[in-house]
Amino acid sequence: MVLQFRPQGIYCPAGDFYIDPWKPVERALISHGHADHSRWGMQRYLATEAATPVIKHRLGDINIETIKYAEQRQIGGAKVSFHPAGHVPGSAQIRIEVAGEVWVASGDYKTVDDGLSEPFEPVPCHAFITESTFGLPVFKWDRQEDVIASLNAWWQANKDAGRFSVIGAYALGKAQRILANVDTSIGPILTHGAIENTNEVLRAQGVALPPTIRVTKDTNVKDHAGALVIATPSGMGGPWMRKFGQASTAFASGWMAMRGVRRRRSADRGFIMSDHADWEGLNTAIKATGAERIFVTHGYTTQFTRWLTEQGYDAAIVETEFEGESLDAPEQELAE
Amino acid sequence: MNRFAQLFTTLDQTTKTNAKVAALSDYFASAPDTDKLWTIALLSGRRPKRGVTTTLLREWAAEKAGIPLWLFEECYPIVGDLSETIALVLPPATGTSDKTLTQWLEVVRDIGQHDVETKKQIILSAWDSLPPIERFLFNKLITGGLRIGVSQKLMTRALARATQIEESTLAHRLMGDWTPDKTTFHDLILSENPEADASKPYPFYLAYQLEDLDALGPAADWRAEWKWDGIRGQLVIRTGQHFLWSRGEELITDRFPEFATLPDFVPDGTVFDGEILAWDHATDTPQSFNALQPRIGRKTVPKKLLKDAPAVLYAYDLLENDGQDLRDTSYDARRAKLETMIAALPKDAPIRLSATVPFADWPALAQLRETSRDRHAEGFMLKRGASPYLSGRKKGDWWKWKVDPLMIDAVMIYAQAGSGRRANLFTDFTFAVWNGNELVPFTKAYSGLTDTEFRKITAWVRKNTLQKFGPVRQVTPEHVFEIAFEGIQKSTRHKSGVALRFPRMSRWRHDKPLAEANTLDDLKEMLETYG
Repeated sequence: MVLQFRPQGIYCPAGDFYIDPWKPVERALISHGHADHSRWGMQRYLATEAATPVIKHRLGDINIETIKYAEQRQIGGAKVSFHPAGHVPGSAQIRIEVAGEVWVASGDYKTVDDGLSEPFEPVPCHAFITESTFGLPVFKWDRQEDVIASLNAWWQANKDAGRFSVIGAYALGKAQRILANVDTSIGPILTHGAIENTNEVLRAQGVALPPTIRVTKDTNVKDHAGALVIATPSGMGGPWMRKFGQASTAFASGWMAMRGVRRRRSADRGFIMSDHADWEGLNTAIKATGAERIFVTHGYTTQFTRWLTEQGYDAAIVETEFEGESLDAPEQELAE
Repeated sequence: MNRFAQLFTTLDQTTKTNAKVAALSDYFASAPDTDKLWTIALLSGRRPKRGVTTTLLREWAAEKAGIPLWLFEECYPIVGDLSETIALVLPPATGTSDKTLTQWLEVVRDIGQHDVETKKQIILSAWDSLPPIERFLFNKLITGGLRIGVSQKLMTRALARATQIEESTLAHRLMGDWTPDKTTFHDLILSENPEADASKPYPFYLAYQLEDLDALGPAADWRAEWKWDGIRGQLVIRTGQHFLWSRGEELITDRFPEFATLPDFVPDGTVFDGEILAWDHATDTPQSFNALQPRIGRKTVPKKLLKDAPAVLYAYDLLENDGQDLRDTSYDARRAKLETMIAALPKDAPIRLSATVPFADWPALAQLRETSRDRHAEGFMLKRGASPYLSGRKKGDWWKWKVDPLMIDAVMIYAQAGSGRRANLFTDFTFAVWNGNELVPFTKAYSGLTDTEFRKITAWVRKNTLQKFGPVRQVTPEHVFEIAFEGIQKSTRHKSGVALRFPRMSRWRHDKPLAEANTLDDLKEMLETYG
């Protein structure tokens, strides 16, 4: 096996390294900066140039090397390269080749171009490790331009009614995806501190984001009437929200595809927007790899694996500690 | 159906009552009369008969979506709603439709007459001509379960705003046995013609659970009655016929043939409000709710059941007398008329007067309430002597003063995801008590925790699943919950030997170690004492 599934994480014996390990190990290759994929305590880290600043910001003083997309690097008996996963800026699928056999660990990915992250590229391989966060046929994302258009319309309508528009989005990825695509001519944009921290890191590495205003305890929000406010999902429920009075609230998440979840979050609007692949995306991505063996990690693993098996793949479930997109678990965010 | 879909979207996108009422009243002010009538029907729980089985709908949806049926069935519990699951898996529509809500409802109403192949063609072409929200709503109409977060009360308020008719008048007009096929918007809502429907009941007055006894004021202003657990019912006697209505506005006359003799003794123009109870004629006391239970779902009653669990109406209010609506008169005045009327009935008539319980002051009543469980009563109903009969659930004049629930500390051992608003969240749990070193399951409960607690426990369940049995997860025994319940009964169906009434989680006992949960012996002792 080019890769093995161990209690510490996904392991490559030929190169003696782990991919996105959840326990402290000697050497870790990191697919992207979300907390369930890049953790504390590794002796050495390797990540793409674009993913590294956020990882360093989160983990502090770590021993990290960078790699360019598609650059080949020999680690022990394994030939390693990183390829865009389209999930968040800098996110990568990790390709490992040992004695002519190619495996790809895709981390989290999506196949649509979000106008922010490096677009997903299919990587031909023999074995493909895929997530299945939204691995059911009820998940089908609308076109991004349609989602953004309804988001703009919502913001404009609230602004006209003299209300704030507060939207809950992940601090890394979703928040910037909204920023990069929303119609900034509508009004000013305020951000939660955890989101603004990520913005600063990304701006410093050259990611183009529109101007934003950090909300601090001294911010007089009345100076920015009708603003779009980007909050973390956990900030949405808390005392932080009181500043904005009778605001209209929304969440941006793949889970918003389900009415039950939308109602439970009791936000006024749910925008279906995910940084993970939908049903179609997962199936297309898997097909494009040409792989025969598929390992299914976090998400609807049981159902998706059975489906893949019926489609003729040699598919199996792999238990990991990855979490995918979650609205219900307490979110791990960048420290303020 | 576009206008209705817009209404639905607006209602679904807000949690604010005022916004909902505004959207509905706009709709009532502008939609065509037939659509309005159907909307009122749907929002008051009236719907066309189901003409296609959900089994067929599932098969056709899976086939159209190009997925195996098992995968569709896996999606359903996760989405938590069949109509939505179908709408989500289907490929985008290729056509369009300009049918109105009424026209679609005619399709739904008539589809039952066709053979299976024609039904399939009708359904598939509907799916292929409707955008996502309309498609979801069409599925709701065809499966007969449109619940869109609008209570009948809210709808009535909006209708009152749009028509400038008094809300309580409208509430009354909306009662009874009407369907959009048998009436019009004008006849039902706008015309003042009380004779239109002899069966029409009055809106029920519903009581809240008492919060603060001290706030009630002098005991002399209040009347107390024992509260028995039965089926709330309104018995209407007009034009020589009798009609029995449940609180859910279901006509249940045929299920209780005992009352058929009443028009012989009770004059026309009489309406009683009371509790339907299974009666023990030997002791002249109510039987337990368990005795009544088998009669609830049955449309026809076997002789044995009629003999074992004969029903009476335990009458506590008189809403109409000599054809006069008494609701604006005081409780005491209505009560006096009720007593006179019942006293004049033959002794074997299936009506009993709900006795008032005399009491000198609140402490005396509180003391008496402590004996509720021994009497198999649920506690007291308190009613203000001067109060009119209001409609709907209103605070102030009627209160339920139930005895405190029974409690037991139990260990969570299985978890299952909820549906609808709770889809994808673990909310349905099975609880166990200790029997030596073994945990014996004895009840399920799915309410009582806050959304935050449910989110917390969901995250925990995901990480602490020992085994999956379909949708059910066996979890590490670790968390202790206080289970509150109203009653306990012997049961042969459960391994524990007991069945609880209205179990719910009253508290998450973070403070209680696993070993200190209650035991099966504790449960059996409760059964001994209260069963």
